[in-house]
Amino acid sequence: MKSMEVSRLTDEGALKRFMVGVLERSPAQQTEVMVTEWDSALTRFANNGIHQNVAERNVSIRVRVVKDGKTGVASINQLNEAAATDVLKRAVAIADLQPRGEVVPMPGPAKTQQLEAWSDATAAATPEERADFVEVVCLKAGRAGLKAFGAFGTSAGQLALANSLGVFHHQRSTQATINSVVMGEAGSGYADRGAIDVRELDRNDLADEVIEKAQRNQNAQPVEPGVYEVVLEEYAVAEMLEFMSFMGFSALAAQEERSFMRLGEQITGDQVSIWDDGLDRTGLPASFDFEGVPKQRVDLITRGVASGLVYDMQTATRAGRQSTGHGLPAPNTEGPFAVNLFMQPGTAAKAELASDIKRGIWVTRFWYVRIVHPKASIITGMTRDGTFLIENGRITRPVKDLRFTQSILEALTGTVALGRSTKLQVAEYLGGSRVPPVRLEAFTFTS
Amino acid sequence: MRDLAEAALNAAQVKGAGYADVRLDERVQQDIVVKNGQLAAVEDDASEGFGVRVLVDGAWGFAGSARLERAEVEEVVERAIRIARASARVRSAPVDLGPPVTSHGQYRTPLERDPFSVPLTEKVDLLLRADAGMGAVKGVSIRESSMEFIRQKKIFASSEGAFTEQELYESGAGIEATATSPDEVQNRSYPNSFGRHQGAGGYEYIIALQLDHHGQRIGEEAVALLTAPQCPSGVKTLILDASQTALQIHESCGHPTELDRVFGMEAAYAGTSFMTPEKLNHLQYGSPKVTITADALTPTGLGTFGWDDEGVPAQRSFLIKEGLFVGYLTSRETASVLGQQSNGTMRADGWDRIPLIRMTNVSLAPGDSSLEQMVAETKDGVYMETNRSWSIDDKRLNFQFGTQLAYEIVNGKRGRMVKNATYAGITPEFWNSCDAVAGASEWKVWGLANCGKGQPPQVAHVAHGAAPTRFQHVKVGILK
Repeated sequence: MKSMEVSRLTDEGALKRFMVGVLERSPAQQTEVMVTEWDSALTRFANNGIHQNVAERNVSIRVRVVKDGKTGVASINQLNEAAATDVLKRAVAIADLQPRGEVVPMPGPAKTQQLEAWSDATAAATPEERADFVEVVCLKAGRAGLKAFGAFGTSAGQLALANSLGVFHHQRSTQATINSVVMGEAGSGYADRGAIDVRELDRNDLADEVIEKAQRNQNAQPVEPGVYEVVLEEYAVAEMLEFMSFMGFSALAAQEERSFMRLGEQITGDQVSIWDDGLDRTGLPASFDFEGVPKQRVDLITRGVASGLVYDMQTATRAGRQSTGHGLPAPNTEGPFAVNLFMQPGTAAKAELASDIKRGIWVTRFWYVRIVHPKASIITGMTRDGTFLIENGRITRPVKDLRFTQSILEALTGTVALGRSTKLQVAEYLGGSRVPPVRLEAFTFTS
Repeated sequence: MRDLAEAALNAAQVKGAGYADVRLDERVQQDIVVKNGQLAAVEDDASEGFGVRVLVDGAWGFAGSARLERAEVEEVVERAIRIARASARVRSAPVDLGPPVTSHGQYRTPLERDPFSVPLTEKVDLLLRADAGMGAVKGVSIRESSMEFIRQKKIFASSEGAFTEQELYESGAGIEATATSPDEVQNRSYPNSFGRHQGAGGYEYIIALQLDHHGQRIGEEAVALLTAPQCPSGVKTLILDASQTALQIHESCGHPTELDRVFGMEAAYAGTSFMTPEKLNHLQYGSPKVTITADALTPTGLGTFGWDDEGVPAQRSFLIKEGLFVGYLTSRETASVLGQQSNGTMRADGWDRIPLIRMTNVSLAPGDSSLEQMVAETKDGVYMETNRSWSIDDKRLNFQFGTQLAYEIVNGKRGRMVKNATYAGITPEFWNSCDAVAGASEWKVWGLANCGKGQPPQVAHVAHGAAPTRFQHVKVGILK
C-alpha cells in the first residue's frame, strides 16, 4: 500500500537524455532547457477536522533560445518527444518574430557543491500519515476546548538545468511543512514548522506551542497605538527579512535606484548581520540557481553595514562581474532574488528578550505585510495570533491586534538583543530563512 | 477527452465514491514585456492535465496529474479515493452538497479578435509606442509595458450527470513609469496597477485601452511626484478613483463575504471574516448608497463564465443591498449549511487545484453623482488614484491602502498633487461613511488577476465594477 504513494519522479538519466535531445535539436545559437518536476500532497484541516486533502503530479519544461540576438521562451507540462518538439518550435518561433533585444547571457559549465536536500521519508509520506499528524493537533485542541486549523504538506521534486554551453545540473529536494492556527472563543495562537525530513516535525511539540499560545491569547483588550519597544518572534522576523529581499537585496533594485541599500554605509544597528547562503545545510539548500549558476554565499548586511547584493546573469553582466547564483527562471524582468536568508543570532534566551522592557509589545507574527515606501524600507501590516503587552519585564496580558507602519531599517537600527537560537521559516513560494527572535527599541503601531 | 472524463467518473464510483467530479483543463498563456525601449520578455506557456475530486464517507479527496492517459486516470482516481478515506478518519460533519447539479452545455467568451491570432510584431509594436511616450519624459528612469493573453479550455463532468465545456479568453495590458531620486521611488501606471488591466475578451480589449496615448502623461506624473509634497495627515473627506474603489470592494466586501472564510475553512491562511451568519440581513454594512452584487454575467469581467467549477450556472446575487448585508459568495457545500443553494462562485486556478469560493465580478452599483460634483462639494479632502499598497487584517476589518497619485481638495477645487498618499479605516465604519457614488458613465469593470487564496496557493482572476466614490471622516496620510 505504502509503495504506491512514493513520489514518482523521472529518473535523472532519462531526464538528462531528454534535455540533451532538446539541445541537440535546437536550431538556435544558444539553448537552455529547465525541467522542474514535483509530486506534492497537502492535508488541510479546519474546526478540528480535515476538510480539504489534495495531491498533484506535474512537470514543467521551459526552453530558452537565443537566435540572431533574439530570445524566445516557451514552456509545456508534458515530458515526451512530441512535447519537446512543440516547446522548442514555439520558443524558436517567438525568437524569429521579434526585434533584437538585450540578450541575457547563459553561463558556462561550473562545478556545483553536492547538497543533500532529500528525505525518502518525506517522499514516501502517505495521506494516512498526514491524517495521523493532523489528528493529534485536532484532538489536543479539542481536549483544550479549542479548534485547530491548518495545513500539512509534503512534497518531493527535482530541478534540472542544461544549456548548449555544456551545463547540466540536477538536484532533488523534499519539503514537509505544517502550519496551524488554534482558536478559542476569544482569541487564537499560531505555530509552524518546516523541514526537509518529515520525521523532524514533532506533532506534539507543534500542538503544544499553538495551543499554549491560543490559551494565553484569549480576551485581548485594546492598547493605545504608538511607539513601543517590541520583541518579534521568529515568524515576524523572517517576514521582515523577506520584505528586505523584495525591496532591496537585489542588484537590479540597486541598479534601478529603487533599493534602500547604501553599500558601505551603516544602515542598521551593529548587532545585525544578514546573509544569503543557498549552500548552508541548516536552511533549504540548493546548489545552483534557475540560470544554472552555482550558489554563492553573499553577505548583505555585516554588523549593520550594507555589504553586498545578489546578482543574476543580467545584472552581473551589466556590472561587469560574476553572477552570485540568484537568478530566477527566464524570462525574468524582476531581477535576482535572495531566497536563502540567514540572520546572525545573539546570546539571549528567547524568554529573556522581554526581561527588562518596562512597557512593550510581544509580537508572534505579522499578517498582510505590504510595502509603503521602498526606499525608506517602510512596510505596513497587522499583528496576528498572539500579540501581548509586556510590563516590567513580563508578558502581562494579550492585546488586540495592531497595525504597524514602520521602516525596517529604522527598526533594526534600534536592535537591542537577538535570541541565541534560530528557526527555519519556509517561505510560501521559494526558499526560506533561518532567523532568531529579536528585541527592537522602537516600533510604530498606527492603529 | 470525454472518454477520459467518463473513465474517471466510472472508476471513482466503482471504488466507492459517493460523489465524483473531474475537470480536464488545457491552458495557453502568452506574456510580453517591453522594458526601457527593449523587448525584455516573450513567453509562451502551455499546461494541461486533469483533476479528480471525490467524496467518500462524507469526506473529500482530490488528486491531479498532467498525464492525460487512461492508465494515469485509474491511478489518480485511486489516489483521490485513498486521500478521501484518510480525510474521513479525521473529519467533522459529513459533507452535504445539497441538491444535485446536472448542468449541460457549452460556453465561449465573446470576443471579436482572437488574441492568439494577432501577430507578435503587432503586439510588440504597440507596447514600444507606449514605451516611447514614457521615454519622452525626462526623469523617467524605468519604463515597463506588458501584455498577457490566456485561453483556457475546460471540461467539467460529475457523477450527478453534469457535463459542461467552456473556452475562456482573457486579454490584458498595462504600462508603468518609475522615477527615482535619492530618497524616493515614485511610479505611475495605466490603466491600473498590478502590471495590467485585464478582462474577458479578445484583442479588441487591448486596442480600446489606447496604451500609446497615455505613456507621456503617466511619465510626467511619476516625475512630478518626486518633488510633490507629502500627503497631509488628518481626518478628511476621501474621494477614490474607480480603480481604487474596485480594490476597496475586493478586500473589504469580496473576501469577507466568502462563506468558506466565514466557516473557518481559510482560517490558518487567508483568515476568517467579521461578516458572520448572525449578521446576515441585520448588519448595516454601508450607507444606503452602497449596493454590491456578485455577477458572473458581467461583460468583460474576469469572473464571467458559463458555469463555475462545480457546474453551477453563472448568476447574479446581492451581497449588500442599500447598505444592508444580505448575501454571501457560496459553494454547494457551504450553502447547504445555511439551507441555501450555491450561487456559483467555485473556481480552481487550474486542473491541479480544487475549486474554492472565489469572487466573480463583485461590483458596486453606480450612483447618481459624478467625480466633478463630488470634488465641488468637498471643502477639505484628498482625491486618491491607482493602488500602490494594500493591507487588511485577517477578519477584513482594519485596512490601510496607499495610492500612486493624490490631490488635495480645498473648498471644492482640486489643489496640489501630493505623494505617498495612504488612508486607513475599519470596514463597516468606512462604507457607512460613503455619501456619494458616481453614475453609470464613470462606472467601469476592473480586472484583478492576482487574488491569492488557499493552500496550496491559488491565484484567481476576478473583477469589480466601480465608479469614483466618496467617503467622509477618513484617516489619511499615515506614513509612520
